[in-house]
Amino acid sequence: MAPRRILSIWLAAFAIDRWRLAKGCARGEGADAQPLVLITETAHGSRIQATNSAARNAGARIGTMLADARTLCPSIVAVPDNPAGDLAELEKLAAWAMRWGPWSALDPPDGLLVDVTAVAHLFGGEAKLLADVHHAFAARGFVMRAAIAPTAGAAWALAHYGPDRAILASEDDMEARLSDLPVAALRLDDDVLTVLRRLGLKQLGELGTVGRDALHRRFRNRKSPAANPLVRMDQLLGRMPEPLLPVVPQQMPLVQRRLMEPIRHRALLDTVLGDLAADMVRELEGTGQGARRLDLGLWRVDGEVVVRTLELAAATRDAGHIVRLFGEKLGDVDAGFGIELVRLRASWAEALPANQVDIEAAAERHGTSLSAFVDRLTMRLGPKAVRRPVLKGSHVPERSQAWQPPLSPEPPEQGAFRFHARPLKLLDRAEPIAVLYATPDGFPQRFRWRGEVHEISRVEGPERIAPEWWRERGSARLRDYYRIEDDTGRRYWIYRYGIAGDGRGGVPEWFLQGLYA
Amino acid sequence: MIQDSLPTAAQLASDATSQRWQPGLDAVAQSEIFASGREGSGAGVALALALDAWRHRVREEGDEAEDRRAVVWVQTRAAVKRGGRPFRAGLPQEIRHRLIHVLAEKDEDALFALEEAVRCRDIAFVIGEIVGSPRALDFTASRRLTLAAERHGVPLMLVRLDGTRDLSSARQRWAVQAAPSARPQWNRQAPGVPAWQAELFRARKHPPGLWRLSEDAGALVAERTGEGQTAVSNVAAPSPGAASSFGASVAILSPTGERVSG
Repeated sequence: MAPRRILSIWLAAFAIDRWRLAKGCARGEGADAQPLVLITETAHGSRIQATNSAARNAGARIGTMLADARTLCPSIVAVPDNPAGDLAELEKLAAWAMRWGPWSALDPPDGLLVDVTAVAHLFGGEAKLLADVHHAFAARGFVMRAAIAPTAGAAWALAHYGPDRAILASEDDMEARLSDLPVAALRLDDDVLTVLRRLGLKQLGELGTVGRDALHRRFRNRKSPAANPLVRMDQLLGRMPEPLLPVVPQQMPLVQRRLMEPIRHRALLDTVLGDLAADMVRELEGTGQGARRLDLGLWRVDGEVVVRTLELAAATRDAGHIVRLFGEKLGDVDAGFGIELVRLRASWAEALPANQVDIEAAAERHGTSLSAFVDRLTMRLGPKAVRRPVLKGSHVPERSQAWQPPLSPEPPEQGAFRFHARPLKLLDRAEPIAVLYATPDGFPQRFRWRGEVHEISRVEGPERIAPEWWRERGSARLRDYYRIEDDTGRRYWIYRYGIAGDGRGGVPEWFLQGLYA
Repeated sequence: MIQDSLPTAAQLASDATSQRWQPGLDAVAQSEIFASGREGSGAGVALALALDAWRHRVREEGDEAEDRRAVVWVQTRAAVKRGGRPFRAGLPQEIRHRLIHVLAEKDEDALFALEEAVRCRDIAFVIGEIVGSPRALDFTASRRLTLAAERHGVPLMLVRLDGTRDLSSARQRWAVQAAPSARPQWNRQAPGVPAWQAELFRARKHPPGLWRLSEDAGALVAERTGEGQTAVSNVAAPSPGAASSFGASVAILSPTGERVSG
């Protein structure tokens, strides 16, 4: 298995860049030429959250009050910041950043993490990958720094405080390479940084000189990683796993097409999809797997990402089937100015041994398989539409049956009594009926259901089904079920809810629940 | 010479009408069963007819000893509202573990599901339940279903709840309603095994007629009770007793396929 490689992207002036892009002006021109700050309202007045370069030159600093900055530079322009908008944009960027790797995460407020393990070769090496990242972000107008390292902590530290486009190879001595970075590179809270500064610890390398147990004693009550420099240090060096990242036991099959000319038409997309499906099938064949879930990502020129996901009822390696199912999902894709990158990923694959190809080439005549049938129905009618009834551990009729996907294995069952004659069909909700009876707990004689009167000619019952006290409220009443047949032969399953004088309500009501064949 | 090789119209007519419908015949591609939405007899007859044909299917070389193909039951939302969903504990024992239920919101979706189902080789038979006479189920749609079912050999039983007898290409069209059941041996007051009054009012190979259907020990029992409304007059009586009176001609086929009484 290839060693982990994490790409950390730091958008150094994210909030200002976002404001500038919304204004539609280039860096240092138009509205951006004036000193400008983004402010947030606090209890003590407006505080500066971000500054553009003109404001920085004029003396405004992040974290100071707006009134203080105004004394230095009266012409400063203040605009309220928008943290929610920033986060939403960052989320979009994270999805977009998956073009460099199968998995990406937010690193709020202004960073992204991308898992680029074993994908650098698609871009021609890690240096070229970083260059591609720079190029792409520069094209979108963001100031950024990026670094690749074996752990998220190291990548973050290098992106924020290391040299530009730093690459920390997995065989490098991490401690030596990172020792001259400031302690702020550990992603610690401000108060912890203050403590470290007072202790005289300024660089990562100096942390080792104090002695681990001394630091451990000092921070023994700090459990959160952001408050404990030792935990952060271990995460940085990869001695401790960082829960931020998912454990990927094996690489997902992944194929992509980078398109020379962005495509805007469905026919071309279908061709690309066909190629990708064929590539994916080859990839899956190599590992003896079949896809259960497929994600198709379409990266648009303007930065939008369209993702379509496909779940299959059984593992498949049939390119034609995949293309057909995706084809129904691509009807509403808006290509915008064109799609420049198409990627197909099997995010869930199951073992599927290779088998003999159908030599007769007569699948047309032989019909489709059951899993293909289920897939096509699920695609059109939704996953809830195709299901199978299975028994559930309950003796209340409507609860004794559960619905599950048609091809999943049947749960173990206890078996039913052969002498229980149950109706062929059960109404979703038992419908109330008006019943005429000789005595309150005697046989029913006549009933009215959906506006029509049925004369009961034959009855069998009652079969008493008690409420499930461990599941229902104490006021639930028992049910007396009767199998009845009316004078024209129509057979129903009706029940009386409660018995007269059981102290749980008034006169018992009657319900019709099932229809016999 | 040509006259020898080709059957005449009269021969065709007599061939087509001389064979009475009886249980144990081959499955037909598409049957329509008209029933009231107030009773379960539509689905009951559909299941009984389908299971009867399934039990008497011709086993081919290479078939599995035990047929484990799925049974698909397609219902529209309206049909579920009117008559409920299949209840596993009440289904015939053979298909309990093989049933796949499809719930379609619209009639078009139900027709799509039916067509996909009859095209699937892993399905024993298909039951559809549709309410009324929807616009989507016109003659073209019906013909599509029949052709697909015929081509792939998967029988389709389409239950039409409260439908009108409009144009259709179904090979057999039945109208059924519940009939009083036979009294059980041990409790004369209890409802017995299901029985239905079934009228075959249009069939490709058989003359129309009226039957009283019921199930007996896992086999379909049919008892002829008269001619259908559109009775053909020139049918030769199959046996002297048949024309006489109610319930004269009874055909019972045991599960092994041999005729028990005639």
